[in-house]
Amino acid sequence: MSFLQNNLLSLMMIMPILGAAILLIIRHSDPDIEKRNIRQVSLLITLITFVMSLVLWFGFDNSTAEFQFVEQHAWIGDDISYYIGVDGISMLFVVLTAFLMPIVVLASWDSIQDRVREYMIAFLLLETLMIGVFTALDIFLFYIFFEGGLIPMYLLIGIWGGVNRIYASFKFFLYTLLGSVLMLVAVMYMYLEAGTTEIPLLMNHSFDVDVQKWLWLAFFASFAVKMPMWPVHTWLPDAHVQAPTGGSVILAGILLKMGGYGFLRFSLPMLPEATIEFSWLVFTLSIIAIIVTSLIALVQEDIKKLIAYSSVAHMGFVTIGVFLLNVNGIEGAIFTMLSHGVVSGALFLCVGVIYDRLHTREISRYGGLAVNMKIYATIFVLFSMASIGLPGTSGFVGEFLVLNGSFAYNSWIAFLATTGVVLGAAYMLYLVRRLIFGELDKDDVKAMPDLSLREKLIFAPLIAVVLWMGIYPNSFLDPMHASVNALLETHFLTDTSHAAADQIGTPAGR
Amino acid sequence: MNGESLSLLPALPELILAIGAMALLMLGVFQGDKSYKQVANLSILLLLVCAVVMINQVGGEREVIFGDMFVTDAFAVFAKTLVYIGSAVAILIAGKFLAEHNIAKFEYPILVLFATLGMLIMISANNLMSLYVGLELQSLSLYVLAAMNRDRLRSTEAGLKYFVLGALSSGMLLYGISLIYGFSGTTDFDVLATSLQGENGAPIGVVVGLVFLLSGLAFKISAVPFHMWTPDVYEGSPTPVTAFFAAAPKVAAMALLVRALINGFPGLVVEWQQVIVFVSIASMLVGSFVALVQTNIKRLMAYSSIGHIGYALVGLAAGTQDGVQALLVYLAIYLTMTLGAFAAILSMRRSDGMVEDIEDLAGLSTTNLPMAVAISIFMFSLAGIPLLAGFFGKWFVFLAAVEAGLIPLAVIGFLASVVACYYYLRIVKVMFFDESAGAFEGGHGQAVSAVIGVAAAVNSPVSFLLIWPLVGAAAWAAGSLLF
Repeated sequence: MSFLQNNLLSLMMIMPILGAAILLIIRHSDPDIEKRNIRQVSLLITLITFVMSLVLWFGFDNSTAEFQFVEQHAWIGDDISYYIGVDGISMLFVVLTAFLMPIVVLASWDSIQDRVREYMIAFLLLETLMIGVFTALDIFLFYIFFEGGLIPMYLLIGIWGGVNRIYASFKFFLYTLLGSVLMLVAVMYMYLEAGTTEIPLLMNHSFDVDVQKWLWLAFFASFAVKMPMWPVHTWLPDAHVQAPTGGSVILAGILLKMGGYGFLRFSLPMLPEATIEFSWLVFTLSIIAIIVTSLIALVQEDIKKLIAYSSVAHMGFVTIGVFLLNVNGIEGAIFTMLSHGVVSGALFLCVGVIYDRLHTREISRYGGLAVNMKIYATIFVLFSMASIGLPGTSGFVGEFLVLNGSFAYNSWIAFLATTGVVLGAAYMLYLVRRLIFGELDKDDVKAMPDLSLREKLIFAPLIAVVLWMGIYPNSFLDPMHASVNALLETHFLTDTSHAAADQIGTPAGR
Repeated sequence: MNGESLSLLPALPELILAIGAMALLMLGVFQGDKSYKQVANLSILLLLVCAVVMINQVGGEREVIFGDMFVTDAFAVFAKTLVYIGSAVAILIAGKFLAEHNIAKFEYPILVLFATLGMLIMISANNLMSLYVGLELQSLSLYVLAAMNRDRLRSTEAGLKYFVLGALSSGMLLYGISLIYGFSGTTDFDVLATSLQGENGAPIGVVVGLVFLLSGLAFKISAVPFHMWTPDVYEGSPTPVTAFFAAAPKVAAMALLVRALINGFPGLVVEWQQVIVFVSIASMLVGSFVALVQTNIKRLMAYSSIGHIGYALVGLAAGTQDGVQALLVYLAIYLTMTLGAFAAILSMRRSDGMVEDIEDLAGLSTTNLPMAVAISIFMFSLAGIPLLAGFFGKWFVFLAAVEAGLIPLAVIGFLASVVACYYYLRIVKVMFFDESAGAFEGGHGQAVSAVIGVAAAVNSPVSFLLIWPLVGAAAWAAGSLLF
């Protein structure tokens, strides 16, 4: 057991690579059986990884802000090492990644028929890289995982994507790369200045205040694109619309979280003065994002595009929460990211279900699904409500915490951000009305069958998690407390003892 | 100092190579063109023997012979190893191609050997005169190689263009050398280094001479603004020759430039650093932007190599030991990427002969997935995306630049690399996203496949394991220059 304990994170990263290697050697004379075997192996591998992530969660000690499950091996010279571990901020992202992967494999079961082997290999490698991003404790290692993920995602969008996939894949790749190279210069500077690439040591190094501003802007360039924040969000609708369903789920569910995670891991603890200095910039952009993209979402004709814009709006809440620099704000931001990962992933899966049947994403081609696809309609409405932030679903808790935190900070920010909640309800309900309700007057829509067993199996865990997060959020908030408090106390000298006990109790005790 | 260094041992590999090459020449002359295979195999063996002798007998100890003309040290050993690899691979992958184009003449391996000899002398040059001798031996061999396919207009055009422009650059180089000699009274690097240091700085004539010297060398490494010959020569020359041009001579000329500047003109850092920074930025930008519109893959690789020379020069621009170390790491990685990419180009064969357009790669992933994956590895590596070896090269050169305070240079370089990324991605796109334009014929030979396989493996994430030994070797090499 101790071997497993000591190498759990590495094993979680090796597992998908091992799976990819197995997929390479699966051969069978009958192509259908070969595809089936490939899918089953992929599912098995992702499930094993998920089980390992549960071991991680249960083995995680909530009471400390220290990094846990740490592994360190010398790599390049004395400075750069293979150094991984998790704390309360990153642990749940690892679990989220491992949770969504089997669902993605299941969701691609029938819809992907071409080059199944390559598709699954790309996803498995992507899983390794995503886990790597959230666990890396060496900034060089982090960058490798952070950027390396572009390659499989580029191929996923470009090979299995929609009509306009080439434009979308190039835009996705170059946009994110452009932001990241500026971050790389900052990483180099920090390495040379502090003489180390270890994230825990860099967190304790205080950089010169003037330099911090430049470093902060360089990191911001990368994370803002990844997030994505207005006005550098335009790659996201294209990438989402063109990506295959599985790609969209991963993109919305996990890749978008890397920006928020990056802010929490790098910008806040390493560059605290600059963070305070520039928080107005983040608030301004976030509020614009929330309002503008919500309005844009209202007029979308394409379901995936609408959900993509809603993602930008939700990420606006996340960035506000992160830069509020109080416990509720940050925990709300992390919770919103986790919740959005599940909910938007689920919504993309919902779109995938009807896209597989009718092969269009145009909203006006549907209508009245509540009549002939009752189970589907129920599930879709549930996830829409979670996206809106209905109490009892996961979306509520995160938004509530962020808004709570922003009232404590500045009531105007809270006021403007809340308009996003209203607009969010507007575009989601409008979508539900057009898609689910209304007349069932189209013959091809009438002929659509309800969910198959496989599709129900996909949605069941997602529904459970959304309700669990909404009804008993403390399961997810508890691991965060220690790390978030430590972040604020160490770097921003905020007294969290009182606030944490008092305000966190509010949503949980509801 | 001269009296005791009559030993020929430091130049033993070069002597073996020179005598061996001439012996093989005789063999070829007596046996005619049917001896191509034999001569080629023996040439590879000869290069291997020289490399082993160099590593075992000469080693990394600094030794100066031939009246301070010729120096061996760890730096030379590192650079020469790369040159040996580049030359051997160029002979290895050429066989099939040359045979099919009826130019499988025994002169090809012989000329490669003589060019290699020139490069070895360049790398070991410790004097402006030996620098020039080595450079000319290399260049003259290369001119002939470019025009090897003499019945084909494009090849002869390439040879002639290369020769005329090369002669011009040699002229500039010589003019620069004569100015330096006239104003300083010596051509020896070590003497130059000591005499040019001091309160008064260097006479203006030496600075002007240095600029001419740099111009001449910039031509040889095809750095902007002396890059114009590169695309035409790359496109016109037979593909194995292009592979050779892109790899070994670049390494040798770069090593020569480094030694000349670091060992010969350490007192003039401020002067030459400006020039190198300019040349580096210009090369990165031209290499990125002009390549965007290319349709021929060999021309694209030409602009790509111009850009990569720009990145490598970033390390030299830093002017520090870390910078030189980074440059050496970059060159080693660049060598593997380039050789792999050109070997892949050699595999682009249809029934009616070789094809060279990027569009011909369309849908390669459906017809030959391993090849498509290998080419993608080269492209992502050339683009410098993490996970692949190319990223490490960029990391170290730009790290050295940031350390030397050249942050704007690093930012410009990275932005240029994003632009360059577009055309590398385009190749991946053509192979993976487009409809198939028909399979390639295959039959490019096992040697080519082996080179592609090894190069792809070295550039893949396997490089995570190889990078530290490489950096260690480069540190050892860079440390032997006189800092």
